[in-house]
Amino acid sequence: MASLESAIPTPGQAWRMEKARLQELLDALNRQGYTVIGPRIREGAIVYDELQRLTDLPIGWTDEQEKGYYRLKRREDEAYFGFAVGPHSWKQFLHPPVFLLGRARRNGQGFEWIPPTDPPPRYAFLGVRACELHAIAILDRVFMGGPYVDPVYRARREAVFLIAVQCTVAGGTCFCASMGTGPKAPPGADLVLTELPDAFVVEIGTERGAAVMAGIPCAPATEADRAAVEARLEETARAMGRRLDTTDLPALLYRNLEHPRWEEVAQRCLTCGNCTMVCPTCFCFTVEDASDLSGTQAERVRRWDSCFTTAFTYTAGHPIRQSAKARYRQWLTHKLASWWDQFGTSGCVGCGRCITWCPVGIDLTEEVHAIRQTDGTIAGERR
Amino acid sequence: MARRRKPKLAVWKFASCDGCQLTLLDCEDELLALAGEVEIAYFLEASRAVVRGPYDLSLVEGSISTPEQVEQIREIRRQSRFLVTIGACATAGGIQALRNFADVRGFLDLVYARPEYVRTLEKSLPASAYVPVDFELRGCPIGKGPLLELLSAFLNGRRPNIPNHSVCIECKRRGIVCVMVAQGTPCLGPVTHAGCGALCPAYRRGCYGCFGPMETPNPTSLGNWLLTHGMSSPDLVRLFRTFNTYAPAFKEAGERYAEAADVDRAR
Repeated sequence: MASLESAIPTPGQAWRMEKARLQELLDALNRQGYTVIGPRIREGAIVYDELQRLTDLPIGWTDEQEKGYYRLKRREDEAYFGFAVGPHSWKQFLHPPVFLLGRARRNGQGFEWIPPTDPPPRYAFLGVRACELHAIAILDRVFMGGPYVDPVYRARREAVFLIAVQCTVAGGTCFCASMGTGPKAPPGADLVLTELPDAFVVEIGTERGAAVMAGIPCAPATEADRAAVEARLEETARAMGRRLDTTDLPALLYRNLEHPRWEEVAQRCLTCGNCTMVCPTCFCFTVEDASDLSGTQAERVRRWDSCFTTAFTYTAGHPIRQSAKARYRQWLTHKLASWWDQFGTSGCVGCGRCITWCPVGIDLTEEVHAIRQTDGTIAGERR
Repeated sequence: MARRRKPKLAVWKFASCDGCQLTLLDCEDELLALAGEVEIAYFLEASRAVVRGPYDLSLVEGSISTPEQVEQIREIRRQSRFLVTIGACATAGGIQALRNFADVRGFLDLVYARPEYVRTLEKSLPASAYVPVDFELRGCPIGKGPLLELLSAFLNGRRPNIPNHSVCIECKRRGIVCVMVAQGTPCLGPVTHAGCGALCPAYRRGCYGCFGPMETPNPTSLGNWLLTHGMSSPDLVRLFRTFNTYAPAFKEAGERYAEAADVDRAR
């Protein structure tokens, strides 16, 4: 036993950790100066917020999700991570919803620019799902992939410690299995946990992850543990609440830009922007300047924006995408088609948030299915 | 360079509760700064000292409800370089516009002992029904933040940065859990103009639409969703008929569900 405890975790290894030891992991991260963010119950949902103790986790809780519907429910066991994703995503910590870029103070004929001085937070994310790792990888490409790197995102992203927890339940609106984004975690996390009834299997992803695990007594995972992990992931993949046929999806959407379904969904769409706010990859923001009454100080703030607002496409005197149809079509085709052209990936990771949190239950998998069923129909040609 | 003349600010009241102009007095930390930048020329709630017009900026509270008020608002328009209506009464007719759906003389006979003394218009309407309005500041009451933004924009000669998208965007930026999806609480947030910072949902209540319709509202879709999730037509009428009952999108929704309620009753 002594030899096991002195073994040093290294990337690629899998360890078996007693559930209660997760507290030691939190403590180790706290000692290293990380603020641990993870799932906890607030306002009737499982949200992401600061965690102090293991008991902050929604132990023994799960969620029921359908289009436009979310409810918490007790589980019959005391699983730590027996739920699907909720209304929050990690986006809000890496790409803050409201961020003060700086202040300007009038200085004679010119002005003095005062950048923010607070150091960026050092977060450890606990409970990152496979779809969410994919979403973070997508945001990485958006904010850091080209010649213009976003400093706000980069400062947060480079400091973050990622602890993935692979899903052992699928939500009612989940379809990561269709998108190839889960439930198995892709590489990228420092640690990947899978919850078994009596323990976590911890896969070491990085040297940083190995270093944190080094102080926590645990044993190497057995073949049976690894098989149990695989079995759970297969079970989760089979239980997806939604499916999306992605065959030739960009081309399908591009050749159906005048499909009557867009008009039909526009009758239901509220253009409220909720889908874009909850989406873990929707990254759009607006930058606003506000001056004070005396005109001596100004603030520059950036805020999450949405392609569902008219101001979003306000150009040369008027908004380009005026109708709900134009805005919904833009959002869906960007997610599933033109994102490929722009960033080389899908913009959708199949997390199902836009389905659950649409106040009137618009389901993009249904919309795509309807278009596929009547591929080639042109608005105005039928009837 | 000579210091420019301080712009003259006037605050006017029509049929209203005074809550919106009170928002100006509530700007306690900024009030001195504001007094340094503008000449408060007419603001009876704060001072009976009155400076004659013309005015650079008129803030107009309240709906136009009587024949005299029609004349007054026209005169104020003539005297004002910029005219901004503030609050649900001035921008949509207010809660008192509920009377617009019935015969006002019926109310007069019911309420007043001598109705012949009362001179009133058939309808309670926003100022924009009678005069051109430069900007409408929404809310019941208006928010302090948007009011200060409006005044800063005016003083600095720029367009006010006051978004007219849904409350949901403000709600989600705050990380509030949706009361409709997670609790089944009817909420007008998706069809309502932002500006309050999602005040009610932050306290686990549904939005009741006090900022009026957002830029491209779809109350039919929201109403139909609520209808299929257990809300009755009369309740939907009450949902849409509050402080912004006569704002076009809410007015149409209220009328549609009122018709449906009548049909239900007739059955």
